[in-house]
Amino acid sequence: MASGVKPRVKVPKSAAAGETIVIKTLISHKMESGQRKDGDGNVIPRSIINRFTADFNGQNVIDVTLEPAISTNPYFQFESTVPEAGEFKFTWYDDDGSVYETAKKISVS
Amino acid sequence: MRRITTLIAVSTLAVGAATAQDSNELSIDGAPMVTEVAAPAHMENVDTIYSGWRFRSVETQSLEMDDFDNPAFVFVDKGIDLFDAVDGSEGKACASCHEDVAEFAGLRTKLPKVQDGELVTMEELVNGCRTERMGAEPWKWSGGDMTAMTALIGLQSRGMPIDVAIDGDAAPFWEKGKELYYTRVGQLDMACSNCHEDNYGVMIRADHLSQGQINGFPTYRLKNAKLNSSHGRFKGCMKNIRAEPYKEGGEKFKALELYLASRGNGLSVETPSVRN
Amino acid sequence: MQLTRRDLLVMGSVGMGATLMGALPAIASLTDDEIAKITGGADVSEGDLAITAPEIAENGNTVPIEVTAPGAVMVAIFADGNPVPNVASVKFGPMNPSRSASTRIRLAKTQNVVAIAQMEDGSFQKATSNVKVTIGGCGG
Repeated sequence: MASGVKPRVKVPKSAAAGETIVIKTLISHKMESGQRKDGDGNVIPRSIINRFTADFNGQNVIDVTLEPAISTNPYFQFESTVPEAGEFKFTWYDDDGSVYETAKKISVS
Repeated sequence: MRRITTLIAVSTLAVGAATAQDSNELSIDGAPMVTEVAAPAHMENVDTIYSGWRFRSVETQSLEMDDFDNPAFVFVDKGIDLFDAVDGSEGKACASCHEDVAEFAGLRTKLPKVQDGELVTMEELVNGCRTERMGAEPWKWSGGDMTAMTALIGLQSRGMPIDVAIDGDAAPFWEKGKELYYTRVGQLDMACSNCHEDNYGVMIRADHLSQGQINGFPTYRLKNAKLNSSHGRFKGCMKNIRAEPYKEGGEKFKALELYLASRGNGLSVETPSVRN
Repeated sequence: MQLTRRDLLVMGSVGMGATLMGALPAIASLTDDEIAKITGGADVSEGDLAITAPEIAENGNTVPIEVTAPGAVMVAIFADGNPVPNVASVKFGPMNPSRSASTRIRLAKTQNVVAIAQMEDGSFQKATSNVKVTIGGCGG
């Protein structure tokens, strides 16, 4: 696992049934592009988060393929409907095989 | 290559026609910040002081207005972990003595300050705790651990006005800092004042010159996607004017930090701010 | 990752040099090739697809963009002046009502950001936004 990788997500704690909410996500990651060279002229190998997914109660909300042109500390903001109470699950996939996950519960009022 | 560089410079000059600070108002998660206020009495050549936030593009400005959108908070989170992490021979963490980091509210507004005849910065207070109380290795001045911690501690004072002392014990340090501010150095023979007092609000190629305020440090820069210490930024400025940078944590940069902080007396602490 | 001013200059000058030599189509076609892979050569129209990006980016390292694509199942984003044009492709699940997403991207120089949306009926839409990337005078 790459060191210091830390996901952050912002999801409202509750919503009205059927309401559309805004979700923000960010993960700390250097997103090394594979385009750069070090001081000795050697290419620094690519090391990025290559996929990000968000699901609600098993249903997909967004599924993103990331390329090296995504900035350091990848950020995504998007919307989701909330038909019932449940849990959002967020997953980031690292080039090195690591998988980072976090989840947020939401209640329906 | 030189011709190409010139072409880029010319084309970007045309783009950056805007001058002077804008009139936008900054509130962070709903809390208003003072980004414009009458200059402190000691400033002879400037009537009004402005936060660097006022010189940035709308897109960069918006990154600071919401703590989730602000990428610096990745590092503040790291600072929270470090605050609770035991390190060193004494088996202590910051939290062993300081129950809640919130107790540091207000500290950032007073630093640097004189203690026992020495000018001390937040970095030195942190490393003092680490070496004397925790038995741990000191952190590097501008390293990731240090900037994460100074961002977390500085955040506790966010919204409070900068209020460093410049008289009494502090006076000789302040005078030294002021002298450095107005002293031309480097191959380009420029002083801090040439850009940040004489020409703030003007474009320097495609960049918008600010007043060089340090009320938002450590600051997250889009350029390097990490937190930057004020001394690290001073080094960058000195390299740009082709001068040999002074040492981070050295007496000169500490005195300059005090003088610059005093030029921002009255502006809100914005730590951790976002700049380009 | 830190892009130095030199990196950006070099990346920018590759494009500039190509332009001066009249080789721009070779650069542009990288993006066209990628778009063709998605569409299979089908017609691409303008529709409700929108891409929002700053007219001038203060730093090419972190440029905020948003795509909104009502009725789309997928949006692919390209930067036609980057060494590799692909930026991201976003699949929208049924839970995402507005089919919109925001992120932050790297742009090596002034260029077009291009979005291609695949709609629920299988048709394609395209939107383009030009972003001027400035090079700091005194980035420090």
